[in-house]
Amino acid sequence: MNEAWTVSALNRYIRTALETDYRLKDLVVAGEISNISRPASGHLYFTLKDQSATLRCVMWKGQAARLVYRPRDGDRVQAHGAIGVYEAGGQYQLYADWIQADGQGDLFRQFTALKAKLEAEGLFDPARKRPIPAQPRRLAIVTSPTGAALRDIIHVIRRRWPVLDVILCPTPVQGDDAPPQIVDAIAAANSLKPDVIIVARGGGSIEDLWAFNDEGVVRAVAASDAPVISGVGHETDFTLADFAADLRAPTPSAAAELATPDRADRLADLRGLTERLAGALQSVVRERRWALAERTAALRGLSPRAQLANSRQRLDDLTLRAATTLRHHLEISRHRVGGLHHRLAALNPLAILQRGYAVVTRAGTTEVVRSPNQVAPGEQLDVRVSEGQFTVSVDPPQRHEGSKVHKE
Amino acid sequence: MPKKPPAPPTELSFEKAFAELESIVARLESGELSLDESLALFERGQALAAQCNGLLEAADLKVKQLSPGGELEELENFDSEES
Repeated sequence: MNEAWTVSALNRYIRTALETDYRLKDLVVAGEISNISRPASGHLYFTLKDQSATLRCVMWKGQAARLVYRPRDGDRVQAHGAIGVYEAGGQYQLYADWIQADGQGDLFRQFTALKAKLEAEGLFDPARKRPIPAQPRRLAIVTSPTGAALRDIIHVIRRRWPVLDVILCPTPVQGDDAPPQIVDAIAAANSLKPDVIIVARGGGSIEDLWAFNDEGVVRAVAASDAPVISGVGHETDFTLADFAADLRAPTPSAAAELATPDRADRLADLRGLTERLAGALQSVVRERRWALAERTAALRGLSPRAQLANSRQRLDDLTLRAATTLRHHLEISRHRVGGLHHRLAALNPLAILQRGYAVVTRAGTTEVVRSPNQVAPGEQLDVRVSEGQFTVSVDPPQRHEGSKVHKE
Repeated sequence: MPKKPPAPPTELSFEKAFAELESIVARLESGELSLDESLALFERGQALAAQCNGLLEAADLKVKQLSPGGELEELENFDSEES
């Protein structure tokens, strides 16, 4: 009879035997899930069974969190992992690191099926895409509070557009629990009435990004009130959330770039506006100045003082003209008087007498004697000369040579 | 001119100040205002431009976080200049 094993030693031996079998280290087993439990530790415990047998399974928290698929009792699944022994319980079990629903196909088939379905619904229609505001006031970020994506986004915003009102709506971005929380975070983001929402996650495996292929998440992105920029994974990663977003950015940093104007551009805009402001005022003032000058000139023309001055000038003018005219008339009159005076002087009979002529009248009358026939011999005649008068008597008639006076 | 007294430019966000500045420039350029109005608008425009400039030059990004209770909390010391 051999020496008895201790239970511990036996279990350790069996464990070593099982765990060194290479076929048990990397295997896929198909079965139906039962007795699934998720204690607070985050680990996942369940049993896989078929018609006649059962296999205990455990999935550690780390792997469980990365699961895209959320296993439930009754699901037919394929689980990948290794066989190990839980020595304390004396049980061998499958340490699973990946589970996917059997028959539902692989992730890619899920992806394409859901994509086709949502596409048919028009969820990805380019006509549904809204423009991203050029100058957002408030930005909501839906991402993990601890991820590199948030750090990258904030770094870009701090550089480009630090006046932005940035609000983080935190949510886990991977694991089975992530999708409903992402949906909630998008709803919460919209309640803040942001101008734009960034939904982001840093790079990772396709499984890591799987939450962004969740139908609920995709629909929430499409239905968001505020336009959504998606920045999920790296450039080559496309998720259905990217298709539903109003704008797809290749990375979280790029999403931040697309969401924000550049401070340098805006400062240049501002300079332009300031110049226009000054120019506009200058031209307003210049116009007023012109208008003022114009009105002042017009006013000067209309002023009563101007009219008065005008009248005064006319008066002066008329006065001057009147005086001139008067003087002219006076001159003419004076000339005329002078002329008449000369003529009058020339006609004065006394003047002729001074030149030695005499006027002969019948004595005692004013009858001027012009012909010898007027007088008879012996008749008295008055002779008037320049300086006096005397009386003569007529001699008998005596004819003068050349005289035409006497005719008989 | 709006009936209510306009907010002091120093209390306006960049976007509000910038938008108002744009509209002021447009109104001034229309040339349909009285001289008094033009001068008042010009002065306000200058203050708005100063506000915009100041905000952009001196701004330090503040990030808030939406708490589960729906409150906005300041996110302290986030990404504080890793240069």
